Amino acid sequence: METHPALAEQLPPLSAHEAAVEADRCLFCYDAPCTHACPTHIDIPRFIKKIATKNLRGSAETIYTANLLGATCARVCPVQELCEGACVLGSEHKPIAIGRLQRYAMDYAKAKGIKPRAKALRASGRRIAVIGAGPAGLSCAGELALRGHAVTVFEKRELAGGLSTYGIIALREPVDVALDEAKMIESLGVELKTSVEFGKEITIEEARKQFDAIVMSVGLGATPALGIAGEEAIVDGLAYIEASKVGAANLHVGRNVVVVGAGNTAVDCATIARRLGAERVTMVYRRTQREMTCYEHEYHFALSEGIEFRFLSQPAGVILRDGKTAGLKCLRVELGEPDASGRPAPKAVAGSEFVIEADQIVKAVGQQKPSLASLLGLKTAKGYIAVSEDFETSVAGVYAVGDCIRSHGSASTVMAVEDGKLAAAAIERKLATAEVR
Amino acid sequence: MADLRIDFEGIKSPNPFWLASAPPTNSGAQIHRAFEAGWGGAVWKTIGAPVLNVSNRYGAWHSGRRRMLAINNVELISDRPLEINLKEIAEVKRAWPDRAVIVSAMVESKPEAWHEIIRRIEDTGADGIELNYGCPHGMSERGMGSAVGQVPEYCEQITRWVMDAAKIPVIVKLTPNITNIVMPARAAVAAGANALSLINTINSIVGVDLDTLELTPSIGGKGGHGGYAGPAVKPIALNMLSALGTDEMVSRSGLPISGMGGIATWEDAAQFLLLGASSLQVCTAVMHHGYRIIEDLCDGLSNWMDEKGFATITDVVGQSLHRVSEFKHFDLAFRAVARIDEAKCIQCNLCYVACNDTAHQCIDLIAPDGSVTQPYMYDVRSNGKQEATETRPQPQVREEDCVGCRLCYNVCPVAECIEMVEEPSGRESVTWNELTANRREVTEDWARMQEYRAQVGIEIH
Ligand SMILES: Cc1cc2nc3c(=O)[nH]c(=O)nc-3n(C[C@H](O)[C@H](O)[C@H](O)COP(=O)(O)OP(=O)(O)OC[C@H]3O[C@@H](n4cnc5c(N)ncnc54)[C@H](O)[C@@H]3O)c2cc1C
Ligand SMILES: Cc1cc2nc3c(=O)[nH]c(=O)nc-3n(C[C@H](O)[C@H](O)[C@H](O)COP(=O)(O)O)c2cc1C
Ligand code: SF4
Ligand code: SF4
Ligand code: SF4
Repeated sequence: METHPALAEQLPPLSAHEAAVEADRCLFCYDAPCTHACPTHIDIPRFIKKIATKNLRGSAETIYTANLLGATCARVCPVQELCEGACVLGSEHKPIAIGRLQRYAMDYAKAKGIKPRAKALRASGRRIAVIGAGPAGLSCAGELALRGHAVTVFEKRELAGGLSTYGIIALREPVDVALDEAKMIESLGVELKTSVEFGKEITIEEARKQFDAIVMSVGLGATPALGIAGEEAIVDGLAYIEASKVGAANLHVGRNVVVVGAGNTAVDCATIARRLGAERVTMVYRRTQREMTCYEHEYHFALSEGIEFRFLSQPAGVILRDGKTAGLKCLRVELGEPDASGRPAPKAVAGSEFVIEADQIVKAVGQQKPSLASLLGLKTAKGYIAVSEDFETSVAGVYAVGDCIRSHGSASTVMAVEDGKLAAAAIERKLATAEVR
Repeated sequence: MADLRIDFEGIKSPNPFWLASAPPTNSGAQIHRAFEAGWGGAVWKTIGAPVLNVSNRYGAWHSGRRRMLAINNVELISDRPLEINLKEIAEVKRAWPDRAVIVSAMVESKPEAWHEIIRRIEDTGADGIELNYGCPHGMSERGMGSAVGQVPEYCEQITRWVMDAAKIPVIVKLTPNITNIVMPARAAVAAGANALSLINTINSIVGVDLDTLELTPSIGGKGGHGGYAGPAVKPIALNMLSALGTDEMVSRSGLPISGMGGIATWEDAAQFLLLGASSLQVCTAVMHHGYRIIEDLCDGLSNWMDEKGFATITDVVGQSLHRVSEFKHFDLAFRAVARIDEAKCIQCNLCYVACNDTAHQCIDLIAPDGSVTQPYMYDVRSNGKQEATETRPQPQVREEDCVGCRLCYNVCPVAECIEMVEEPSGRESVTWNELTANRREVTEDWARMQEYRAQVGIEIH
């Protein structure tokens, strides 16, 4: 897939020598904290030790045992908050570069065609539908296939991979990595049907007839509206990133770009604008640096990219000149008492309007809740699909995993992968007690 | 400033550090540079019978990022013509009158051959001769080197031939490839040698190439045992050195010992001195880093001596020898237990798994709430650095059950984190020897042993 060179994968692969040196630094902790911190609990000292002993096949297989999407996770995981953040060498020394070592092992697996090992000898005769080919769906589908179940994944988009393909900036994960990973999952016996929208091309009733279980891994929706005048002129951040990855021809980047929002997605949008030629990129946020929802390392990355910040500013309308974007009208904000999120509530100060000049405004303020939930009559929690400990929704036999159930905690790829894995195990337990139809 | 000068049986040098007979002393030009760098002496690369060397003659043992913890070689004695070596030895000695120039020699096991080489070495003006009874490969197949060093009678016989002719000090260099190093040393003493040196290299094979299944290094598809030296052999060398120092006959002879085998730092050097060496030789560390290491060898040794109040090298030599003892004399009532400094501990749990799997299962994991917990107790849904670090248990030694084996201490990757603390055992001092003499039945019968333990309060779970 063609990506603009300015957005090519940022970190080079480790050379064999670098990997050996880094792997050798790992202490091989027992009941290691890095493994605890990893949401999929990859046995990190074990896979690293195998790199040190040049048993790369064993290393890759160790990763697969816990995480089928190790290649994506190696690149996109916020390791500072997870494994590397918990490394015992972190406090006084440099933590082990776990993510990059994982990538080293996964690159080897890709080059050698090493696949995860089957967990069942025979086909079970069970058929399971997975809706959505993002990380949660692919992980669940792969785990189920390895256990001998017949899995069909329905994906409405043309390409599999979910946000790994369409949403995560290529700087972190090139599209090909996500697509190759989806192919690897297919090779485990998973049937992947793209450009099929669940609810339209296939209905829930049809699915319930054909399958023993249905897994919803539909992710979240588009960017919500800001509800301000001139909204039509604002570019959707998710579409912006998507174009930078798979639709370079449709991507227009302004010279003076304003990004509304201060989460990781907003940083990604700002980075794209900056790297693809914007002279000035300003991130506009209602609260202050302290309340930003992006990871601290992302904030520092943004600063190093030369991105500017306007805190305590609330968008109030788009200024248009000759039908073209000319600026963002904002109100000054004061912080009040803590709100439901525990952060100080922003209060716009009346009459404090000011304008930030811009020829392009991009909004990156989260994603809409899964719309399919209400369509299917599934119970929700804070707008997300409500599930039991076993990932079963309010409708028996219908499960849900990934971002669409993440009513608390931050949504990330690796959490989606773990959901898929745990749900697969739960579904298998459930199906084991039911009769084959 | 400590005085580092030595007088080794008449061989004087400004510091105790000599380059061992090996590649670093292969030629006059090299030794000139070494002396410029500050080396106190050099034992010339062994001269003698004609030889031919092979390529890929050095193998090595590496560990992780640390390169060359030991070298392994199938190099023979000097492959430069005898005439050239002798000429250069004379030149070096003339140019460096204050340095020790010792010539290592190895010739056919015939008195005429030895007499001839001794005469020619003495003609160069060299300060001493070292008899190479150690080379473990190539030369030994021709009846020289370790073929001599391994048979005390040959060692004695040849040394006698040499002593008949030699007018300058003769050092007998011992091979470690022998069960009891004391035997050849006694033979050398009996033959009238002036000094001893040890150790030469140890028989070894460094490895097998897993692609080709050939030995590493591969010499045209073949390989064989080669001599092992460098930091990894130091403990073996120290043991052999102390075996000589504690042997009655050898120590009564008063023969000085030139110690070597794994010296890489001044700390190693000080340890060799403390165990009885009065001159020191270095090879592998120089092959690894060059002549420049002499600076810190001298500087570090001198600073340490100042700190300890040692004025001369002689003051240091043998100071730890009286500590060398045997199991039967150890105090069985001595007790130490491991203690973990929680402020330094990084909670890697390496001590825990070592003690739990292979020692005495007496390190507990203490959860943040103070309860004893087990490894891998977290819920599968628990994750993130905060939960992982905040709920991580702290290893703690159950001192009443700790036998003080010291395994955890050795395993811990953090300096000074685990300490072996001496604890009164409440028992009376007794050695195995005393026990055998006074209560023989305890040492011969398990039931009596159990009674004895109950009586004095020894509990091993
Ligand atoms: C811009 C951005 C950057 C991010 N960066 C990171 C990062 O660096 N690291 C990280 O860990 N996480 C990151 N995340 C979060 C991460 O991408 C998500 O948590 C993860 O992709 C969730 O996986 P999922 O499978 O639940 O959902 P998704 O990846 O959203 O996949 C859902 C899939 O379901 C399909 N689908 C939806 N409805 C239907 C339907 N009706 N029929 C058929 N198919 C359907 C969608 O087309 C999509 O392919 C980022 C998110 C965004 C938005
Ligand atoms: C490559 C190599 C060649 C050696 N050649 C000789 C030699 O010719 N004569 C000799 O007496 N010892 C020889 N030795 C042994 C060294 O002199 C020394 O005894 C041994 O290496 C231990 O010291 P070290 O640990 O400092 O290297 C050689 C050692 C090496 C590594
Ligand atoms: S915590 Fe760090 S040192 Fe310990 S096993 Fe994990 S990566 Fe290795
Ligand atoms: S000294 Fe030995 S027995 Fe005691 S805690 Fe350490 S490993 Fe365990
Ligand atoms: S080995 Fe040392 S650092 Fe690691 S847990 Fe034990 S005491 Fe702590």
